[in-house]
Amino acid sequence: MIKVEHLVKYYGNLCALSDVSFSVEKGEIVGFLGPNGAGKSTAMNIITGYLAPTSGSVSIDGKDIQKEPLAAKKQIGYLPEQPPLYPDLTVEEYLGFLYELKGCKLDREKHLREVAESMGLYECYHKIIGTLSKGYRQRVGMAGALVGNPPVLIFDEPTVGLDPKQIIEIRNLIRGLGKSHTVILSTHILQEVQAVCDRILIVNKGKLVADEKTDAIARMTSRVKRFKLKIAGSQKEVSALLSGIPGISRVEALTERDEDAVSYLVESGDGLDLRKKLFFTLAEKNYPIVGMETLGVNLEEVFLSVVDSAEQAPSARKRVVRRNRATQELGQALVENAEQKQAQAAADEKED
Amino acid sequence: MKAIYKKELRSYFVNPIGYIYLGVFLAFSAFLCCYTTLVSGTYSTASYFSNLILSFIVLIPLLTMRLFAEERKMKTEQLLLTAPVSITGMVLGKYFAALTIFAGGILASCINFIPLYVIAAAERSGTTSQMKHIGPVTGEIIGSLFAVLLLGAALIALGTLISALTENQLSAAVVSVGAIALMVLASLFNSLTDADGQPLLARAFRAVIDWISVFSRFSLFAAGIFDYAALIYDLSLAFIFLFLTIRLYERRRLG
Repeated sequence: MIKVEHLVKYYGNLCALSDVSFSVEKGEIVGFLGPNGAGKSTAMNIITGYLAPTSGSVSIDGKDIQKEPLAAKKQIGYLPEQPPLYPDLTVEEYLGFLYELKGCKLDREKHLREVAESMGLYECYHKIIGTLSKGYRQRVGMAGALVGNPPVLIFDEPTVGLDPKQIIEIRNLIRGLGKSHTVILSTHILQEVQAVCDRILIVNKGKLVADEKTDAIARMTSRVKRFKLKIAGSQKEVSALLSGIPGISRVEALTERDEDAVSYLVESGDGLDLRKKLFFTLAEKNYPIVGMETLGVNLEEVFLSVVDSAEQAPSARKRVVRRNRATQELGQALVENAEQKQAQAAADEKED
Repeated sequence: MKAIYKKELRSYFVNPIGYIYLGVFLAFSAFLCCYTTLVSGTYSTASYFSNLILSFIVLIPLLTMRLFAEERKMKTEQLLLTAPVSITGMVLGKYFAALTIFAGGILASCINFIPLYVIAAAERSGTTSQMKHIGPVTGEIIGSLFAVLLLGAALIALGTLISALTENQLSAAVVSVGAIALMVLASLFNSLTDADGQPLLARAFRAVIDWISVFSRFSLFAAGIFDYAALIYDLSLAFIFLFLTIRLYERRRLG
């Protein structure tokens, strides 16, 4: 549905995007993730035809945004970072303007009502946009993107500046839209991607550093098991004992103390669940476990490690020793995976 | 283009700016007409039209200042440029909306001439002379109206370009006032100095000013003669300024 090939964008000498390629299938919800200034908005502005790329191409449903801008733009509903609203108009007038601007052929009254209702704008349909709250303005912006039923929806940071309740509502709306539309969503909030998207693209400093299915990342993160154990007894002996258990990749004594119990952070790789083994081993040596807590690896750590890994040259990656080895490895794996994919794509292209 | 034209036209009346423009223009033109004809005791509208042009210095920037500056400031420009509308369509839609308000004002100001015709009719019935024409010359008025419209078309295009250059309405207005004042007042310089016995350089300078000046394109129309040179002059100015606006937007896309 959306095909982005070798996108490069320079602002003067500043490189905002360097050789970004990806494609989005029909019906996918793709999360475009990256720290501030990574090039997310630039990429979206190019995909929607607001900016021209320095080189590279974007096609929407087979129509090149540079060569056939009007046909390609007709396929897209875009909500930029700051919703483009006219504060003097009412919601009805605004949607009516967009209806005409996009040259829609649908039944006007019915279509606009439907769009407004799907965004929960029924009550403020006749209100002036300038008087609406931020959350409602965001909805009006999204409703504007939906006018004319474009098959592709692109939302740039749709939940920025909203309160937690509104964020949940907007996410639900997007998830609902994903059933019938192809959606690209940019954000720097990780839970959002996890909650909404099928696939995650991570950009950093203008480069695409990871391209994975959300559940694949979830599977990878679930392979790293991490526990916090509270064990009574001598710290030195317990540490030695824990390190001796096969399958445990890391043991670290924490500063937390509870009477004679010390807290330890224990990690095991490869999806091994060592809880029972830990219990019996320690019981045998008379070190009672007074507390055990399972800690997950969250997407945030993965994201940070992906960004970190991407910033290092491939050869340097292995040498760097980090505290968080498991996630570090995961991040590297994702980055390398993305690099392989791109290399593969480049090789395929050469064959053609 | 039609959607943008309609929205722009409506926004003149959603904001007070359309009312302010029409109110001030009509009040000024009525006062001017009264002063230059009735008070001066003449049916000639030449003085009325040449003074009316002075009001454009302030009033046309009022119409054009927000056309693009506001869209850029409110970030709604992104909406127009990602919609299935060409840049040319966007620029022309906005331009014609401003031109429509301008033409509407000119049309409405025609009521100023009614008293002239009424008085002329009364005077004619009081005299038996068939020799002399009494009252305003309709051909002159129509020619002048046409010339004013053409001039407006050129100046509005200039204002449109200036508005696209900035995202601050006030800057757009100030720069437009300056630019339009230069074009309108340039001929004052020539009328204040004497062409005879000047060195070549000064004469060349006068020629350049004469070329910029809009007044020198006005006189034939005011005499009721259709001036093709002025028509082409004004239309090509409008074309150049609009073309530059379109190019500016195309250039801006490249970042």
